[in-house]
Amino acid sequence: MNDIYLDNNATTMVSPEVLEAMLPFFSEQFGNPSSLHSFGNKVGFALKKARQQVQALLGAEHDSEIIFTSCGTESDSTAILSALKAQPERKEIITTVVEHPAVLTLCEYLETEGYTVHKLEVDSKGRLDLDQYASLLSDQVAVVSVMWANNESGTIFPVEQMADMADAAGVMFHTDAVQAVGKLPVNLKESNIHMLSLSGHKLHAPKGIGVLYLKRGTRFRPLLRGGHQERGRRAGTENAAAIVGLGKACELAMQHMEYENTAVKAMRDRLEQGILAAVPYSFPTGDTDNRLPNTASIAFEYIEGEAILLLMNKVGIAASSGSACTSGSLEPSHVMRAMGIPYTAAHGTVRFSFSRYNTMEEVERVIAEVPEIVAKLRKLSPYWDGNGPAENPEQAFAPVYA
Amino acid sequence: MWDYSEKVKEHFYNPKNAGAAENANATGEVGSLSCGDALRLTLKVDPDTEIILDAGFQTFGCGSAIASSSALTEIIKGMTLDQALQVSNQDIADFLDGLPPEKMHCSVMGREALQAAVADYRGEVWSDDHEEGALVCKCFAIDEVMIEDTIRANSLTTVEEVTNYTKAGGGCSACHEGIENILSRVMAESGKEFVAGGVGSAVPAKAPEAPVEAAPKTDIKRISTIMRVLEAVRPRLQADGGDCELMDIDGNTIYVNLTGACMGCQMASMTLGGIQQQLIEELGEFVRLVQVEKKADQLVGIGG
Repeated sequence: MNDIYLDNNATTMVSPEVLEAMLPFFSEQFGNPSSLHSFGNKVGFALKKARQQVQALLGAEHDSEIIFTSCGTESDSTAILSALKAQPERKEIITTVVEHPAVLTLCEYLETEGYTVHKLEVDSKGRLDLDQYASLLSDQVAVVSVMWANNESGTIFPVEQMADMADAAGVMFHTDAVQAVGKLPVNLKESNIHMLSLSGHKLHAPKGIGVLYLKRGTRFRPLLRGGHQERGRRAGTENAAAIVGLGKACELAMQHMEYENTAVKAMRDRLEQGILAAVPYSFPTGDTDNRLPNTASIAFEYIEGEAILLLMNKVGIAASSGSACTSGSLEPSHVMRAMGIPYTAAHGTVRFSFSRYNTMEEVERVIAEVPEIVAKLRKLSPYWDGNGPAENPEQAFAPVYA
Repeated sequence: MWDYSEKVKEHFYNPKNAGAAENANATGEVGSLSCGDALRLTLKVDPDTEIILDAGFQTFGCGSAIASSSALTEIIKGMTLDQALQVSNQDIADFLDGLPPEKMHCSVMGREALQAAVADYRGEVWSDDHEEGALVCKCFAIDEVMIEDTIRANSLTTVEEVTNYTKAGGGCSACHEGIENILSRVMAESGKEFVAGGVGSAVPAKAPEAPVEAAPKTDIKRISTIMRVLEAVRPRLQADGGDCELMDIDGNTIYVNLTGACMGCQMASMTLGGIQQQLIEELGEFVRLVQVEKKADQLVGIGG
């Protein structure tokens, strides 16, 4: 039996059609798109087409608003640092406590450089308080950076509304949309989003390619200066094969948007409902009424996530966990902690994330395997006693220096 | 995915002695919930001989925490309590054919659970004396708290000194930014400002000053300690066709003549660094080991 891949928020497989589109650009189509001759010219036309395919998926008004980068992280860094460079008099940034490290770690670094970073808190379902947000918008704020959808819980933020609020206050708005693009309809020409990051490998394109969408008229300062590539906004010879692949992947994502929100969602719902029914003391995290169609985040109480993943891996099921151990840090996922999920559950969160390449048959296999794995680990847990948690688990087991 | 040994996987997939030991008369509970690991160790001890007849564990934790717990119970069964107390976290890690640096704390937790259980049996109160911070140096598994404490205790001011005292940063050097940040923060506590030295600590810097705290040993005792450490490393060097000879001692600078196969290569500084580290540990003070060739007055400093 084939292994089951349910970690599509981490990365996705390259679609066969995408690979096929890319292959010529590793061999006969090797020209530099900047060159005048036909070797380069053909590649140049291929990039132009890819740019339009990305433009179509994003609903951008102009194809020149698409800047190819090396990854989502580069797009995030370019957007935030550009906003600061272009508006040196503004020293504040608004973001959220649940951002991806690509934004959060950069913001924490910028704090040491003298910037003030406001991190919006979330409630127990991972939702933002827009009143708090409104109160922070001012002419001191250089940029707002808020993710479209959370990578761990799948919770969707109202970024279009937040962009309207920022725009009305004269503040630049950036969104890290790497989890949303390809899963949710996006129509940037109708929005006030000034900058948006996407990452190819989250939507069946290869790793090493990203996009920064930059709304026409938004003040910009490049991160990389050099050649005239991307109209001087991102110097460096284009990763032609990956760009062509991303273009194809965007076209396919458009075609599968409905499937993603019906069939993929149905698989996710069946998995979640099946596991929650079979495993006591487990619960979904995040805003289950408003989340990505492909993501389920389930907390298994009294056991630890890495141990769950290792046992699942042994039976051929791949997923992710918010536990400290899977990342090598000492704290469980900042997203789970921000939602106030207790440590005994936060360490045991497992994220199942689907793609259009999963099947309902796989879902049933996972539902059949997971309860046994959880039961096996609970048998080892000092918080567990027979068929349920120990009475007053926090008191029954109170280790020194907890 | 972590790079776990087969032994770790074996003890994780099929843990030995899972669950509480029957008729246990000693219990140790340690761990840190925030970092996701906690362990309850139960022992059945023969009151006459103090031999551990049975051991059981219950662990909330990752694969290596469960494997370390399983390994610990296997190691200590049949030992007397005093023998068991000699088991170090390295013994647990060795039993498992090693643990990734990020996971060494799992073996530390095992040793602490054992100490706590023995204290419980003997009616003593066990208190944990070590606090764990985020891992900074992945080459040598040194955490933030240890670096902070060492900087404070010895008034360290450079990355190079931190490396000399803790080993942190002595490997791939990727954590030097992190160490600089810790230095800035800790030095700021006492109103000092961290000044980074140009390119980095690989460039030979001027000799760091001795820490104020360390009480100097009397000369004779100090010299004999230095000679003893050097004598201890010589057989290993000689086996590789090299040698290490004490040339002179001037304050906290110790001049040696390192010869043989290692001379002039990358290993020379590694060996010097290693010997320097041992000297620092044995002497309890900061010393600087400097390579000097016989009949030559050119001193070659080593960079951290």
